[in-house]
Amino acid sequence: MKILVPVKRVIDANIRVRVKSDNSGVETANVKMAMNPFCEIAVEEALRIKEAGDAEEVILFSAGGEKTPETIRTGLAMGADRGVHVQTDERLEPLTIAKMIAAVAEKEGADLVILGKQSIDGDNNQTGQMLAAIMKRPLGSYISEIKKNAEGFAITREIDAGLEKLQIGSPAVVTTDLRLNEPRYASLPNIMKAKKKPIETLSPADVGVEIKARTEVLKVAEPPAREAGVRVSGAGELVDKLKNEAKVIS
Amino acid sequence: MSANILVIAEHDGAELYPGTLNTVAAAGEIAARHDGGGGAGEIHILLVGENLGEIAKSCAKAAGVTKILVVDDAKFAHPGAEDVAAQISAALGGGAYSHALAPASTFGKAVIPYAAALLDRQAISDISEVSEADTFVRPIYAGNAMETVKSLESPVLLTVRTTAFEPAAQDGNAAVENAAAAEPPVRVKFIEHALSSSERPELTSARVVVSGGRGMQNGENFAMLEKLADKLGGAVGASRAAVDAGFVPNEYQVGQTGKVVAPDLYLAVGISGAIQHLAGMKDSKCIVAINNDEEAPIFQVADYSWCEDLFTAVPALQGELEK
Ligand SMILES: Cc1cc2nc3c(=O)[nH]c(=O)nc-3n(C[C@H](O)[C@H](O)[C@H](O)COP(=O)(O)OP(=O)(O)OC[C@H]3O[C@@H](n4cnc5c(N)ncnc54)[C@H](O)[C@@H]3O)c2cc1C
Repeated sequence: MKILVPVKRVIDANIRVRVKSDNSGVETANVKMAMNPFCEIAVEEALRIKEAGDAEEVILFSAGGEKTPETIRTGLAMGADRGVHVQTDERLEPLTIAKMIAAVAEKEGADLVILGKQSIDGDNNQTGQMLAAIMKRPLGSYISEIKKNAEGFAITREIDAGLEKLQIGSPAVVTTDLRLNEPRYASLPNIMKAKKKPIETLSPADVGVEIKARTEVLKVAEPPAREAGVRVSGAGELVDKLKNEAKVIS
Repeated sequence: MSANILVIAEHDGAELYPGTLNTVAAAGEIAARHDGGGGAGEIHILLVGENLGEIAKSCAKAAGVTKILVVDDAKFAHPGAEDVAAQISAALGGGAYSHALAPASTFGKAVIPYAAALLDRQAISDISEVSEADTFVRPIYAGNAMETVKSLESPVLLTVRTTAFEPAAQDGNAAVENAAAAEPPVRVKFIEHALSSSERPELTSARVVVSGGRGMQNGENFAMLEKLADKLGGAVGASRAAVDAGFVPNEYQVGQTGKVVAPDLYLAVGISGAIQHLAGMKDSKCIVAINNDEEAPIFQVADYSWCEDLFTAVPALQGELEK
């Protein structure tokens, strides 16, 4: 089995993002970037499946500008085998990315594509679902467990009401939730080894995808600020304020 | 081109989920902003599942809705994203609708992008405001920024942040029509649900939410918060740290990657206030924080900050409420 894991370069989750003063987007110059945390979980799961002997190869994919290979390199240092980079500086929407991933998954003959359920920049939560639709493959979204079996994969999904267990066929597309695993840190020897692992560079045309804007961002603004309120020092004072000032309890 | 709008109903096979009504309200705002082209269209609801009679009746009461399209089929007893998306794409395929909307729940977030891709359209996620019929505001970067985004295509497929829209009234009387089932591109096999049953109100629509974090130390201590929630008629939520540690199940998680809540009263107990947590609760009307760390970031967004050990504060609060 071959596993394809698409990964995304995003602003590090620990950085407080700032909206640009011209409202065109958020500040990304000189900001620490990292692999999207959900993508790290996806890479980790692929590696565990390979280590369990159920997969031969873990291939990473990412689309983006010239720094994108750094993020692929992060996943190679975790233990993935090789990378595919579709180079473009254009704004990429989930549908466009899903089409690129579909083309690569097809070409590589990937039996399983594992994606993060959302990236923490756009918070779209769309690409995996779109990929499954494009490839007409069964979808397991928001998974907290996956086991390979004779019919494909037994998965557990985290849904609003609790947990849902499904049996899905193979080849399949799954997206990771937070509790699927805890990603490993890359060891120094593996970071060194990763430098020699191959990353293939392709253009959008090479994967047969035309980049066409389907939405336009008109403005990016600060959210309404919430002012800090007052200190209370006891239950009596708090209940009084909730009843008589905020009027949220009676 | 039609100006009709399709809302996808969310339900569990027994009951209509309330988020559907907030989504109808968002559809109403879009309808009110449709210009020219024959004026505002109708709002219809698409309902997919098995044995839908009672749920269809609930849908028919949603104010502003004129028609319920019911795809009732035994094979959709536990519909997968593929199943629902195929019905949406069939309904939208002929140009009968300008928009399709579903709540931004784990249900809507799975089916809308799937349907959009079947139709070769880009979906727009988690809208919190309708600016124009084709332009929406939505949070990005865990709510650290608000993006105004315009769709350049039709139909427009959306998921809706339900806490940002008041639910539609339930005094309507829509017609109920059966629709033929479309064949999904692929199917998955449902095995089982592990759902925790609770008598408390549902987290995303509760008027009061009492949430606990890592400071609770263990699952047993959550009993304190349950007692408090019951006294206040509220639901119990949690931070990711509390869920990851196994204190409470996954469906309690509030935040960027959990549930979004906006109750009248949000009580954060032993929660530090990480940006990812705030993303799920900072639109609450009144926030109370109990934390023994003077510097906890949660105090920067709380209306009432009580710096105290939670094991002292929570029982004291319970006692005061029971007076
Ligand atoms: C990709 C990603 C997604 C995430 N999504 C979410 C999400 O959806 N929701 C979410 O909540 N988090 C999310 N997080 C995690 C988030 O960053 C924080 O780690 C998490 O919210 C911390 O939870 P906490 O406040 O319970 O724990 P901590 O940060 O450890 O805070 C515990 C607090 O309890 C207080 N405390 C301890 N003992 C007591 C006591 N006896 N009395 C009073 N106070 C006490 C402490 O002072 C402290 O402030 C996400 C993180 C990432 C990277």
